[in-house]
Amino acid sequence: MITVDLAQKTVRELNQSLHTENNIETHREWRVENTKGGHNIAVGLDADIKVDIHGHAGYFCAGMNKTAKITVHGNAGQGVAENMMSGVVRVKGDASQAAGATAHGGLLVIEGNAGARCGISMKGVDIVVKGDVGHMSCFMGQSGSLVVCGDAGEALGDSLYEVHIYVKGKVKSLGADCIKKDMRDEHVKELQALLDSAGIEEDVTAFTRYGSARELYTFKVDNASAY
Amino acid sequence: MCGIVGLYLKNDRFENDLGALFEPMLITMTDRGPDSAGFAIYGDDVPDNWVKLTLKDADNTHTWAELEQQISSELGCDVQCTVNVNVAVLKAQSQEDTVRTWLSQHYPSIQVLSAGKSIEILKEVGLPEVIASKFNLSAMKGSHIIGHTRMATESAVTMEGSHPFSTGSDLCLVHNGSLSNHNRLRDKLKRDGISFETENDSEVAAGYLTWRLKQGDSLKEALENALNDLDGFFTFTIGTKDGFAVMRDPIACKPAVLAETEDYVAMASEYQALASLPGIEQAKVWEPEPATFYIWERK
Repeated sequence: MITVDLAQKTVRELNQSLHTENNIETHREWRVENTKGGHNIAVGLDADIKVDIHGHAGYFCAGMNKTAKITVHGNAGQGVAENMMSGVVRVKGDASQAAGATAHGGLLVIEGNAGARCGISMKGVDIVVKGDVGHMSCFMGQSGSLVVCGDAGEALGDSLYEVHIYVKGKVKSLGADCIKKDMRDEHVKELQALLDSAGIEEDVTAFTRYGSARELYTFKVDNASAY
Repeated sequence: MCGIVGLYLKNDRFENDLGALFEPMLITMTDRGPDSAGFAIYGDDVPDNWVKLTLKDADNTHTWAELEQQISSELGCDVQCTVNVNVAVLKAQSQEDTVRTWLSQHYPSIQVLSAGKSIEILKEVGLPEVIASKFNLSAMKGSHIIGHTRMATESAVTMEGSHPFSTGSDLCLVHNGSLSNHNRLRDKLKRDGISFETENDSEVAAGYLTWRLKQGDSLKEALENALNDLDGFFTFTIGTKDGFAVMRDPIACKPAVLAETEDYVAMASEYQALASLPGIEQAKVWEPEPATFYIWERK
């Protein structure tokens, strides 16, 4: 295992090491220390490596991740795993706003709470949050799944496309065109698989599914008041 | 974009180290605001029948020692003046209005940066590191301090446009964001007797709180009303003589992190500004909720 101490090295040096082919072929496990809330830690990885980040991370941690398994042993700032393509990003603490924003694939697990706009414009990522999510979560979510084991804030799933949303707790309010839907067998199976892959034990029958009413997909003059 | 930071001590353990703990917090926020910086520190309270003012003179036509003597003889009261670079902290056994009126009559070029029993405001155009060092921030003592690093958007890069803003006794405010109804609100507040030094939107927020407190609101009530009457994006940190508050607007797109231990409450735009605080690894760290305010007050 390679240990990188951010008190000794810059984030740019760390990321360069994690992008250098020779390094990642010979060293599959990395440990990052002394993060002190620094931004852009472990961004743009494209290799089957494991990175453990000890301490709180700042903005855009694990952004654009492909294949790598990244764990933040602390809180993460805005935009954790934004635009992730594949791999697994796990945050042991809380995540700030816009976690998993625009992410295309992979799995993002947040063991604490997520702030506002979690999964905004998500495009295929699966996000599992053990705690609560803030307002406007899944705004304009296009594809993928959002699982919330706690409560959801205001305007959940506003202007939603095809994301599957599962919430165990209370939803403060639903956004435009987001509605409650039936949990069919396929959804129970999907939810169970998501919880299993996140390593979180929950009673799947306690969840409610939400999705798009598909009324705002294309502009209809009758809907003008909803914009 | 701007950076805001605040440190409120819950007991006297770190009072002698307040400036030293706060300096790295302010400097870490340079990336968010390199145009100007400032801070308001609370401590070294004057007795009940005294007033404390932070003064700055653009014209430099006098020495502060001359001013001290002049005020003392003309107002017939005890006066103490401590100079810190180009700013003076004036303590006078008198009323705030009396000293302000005398200053405006005799030295119209003097700006009053703060007034009250406890507050001192120091701010300048330039990098936070340079400003902290210039005023010897690291040696300062006190009970709480709030600071700001500015990346200007709504008004020019000047000392006047720098935060913190103070429009009332011992009250100050720092702001990250932009208010959209500040012009109309400023007009309304002017009609209600609140005076403003700049065209800056954040000063209007400070003026609004001063106005509410003058109406008899508690800090809690003033902040509840602010959530209804202020339109725009904001994360505020507010200082009063004995209190410290943090508030975010309902959209909450301007960042904020709070940390609390047995000894202190700390606020910053980004966690990295808190990373140097003692015991931060064990602190309760959380993101303040939208449309919510948090208040700590010494009883």
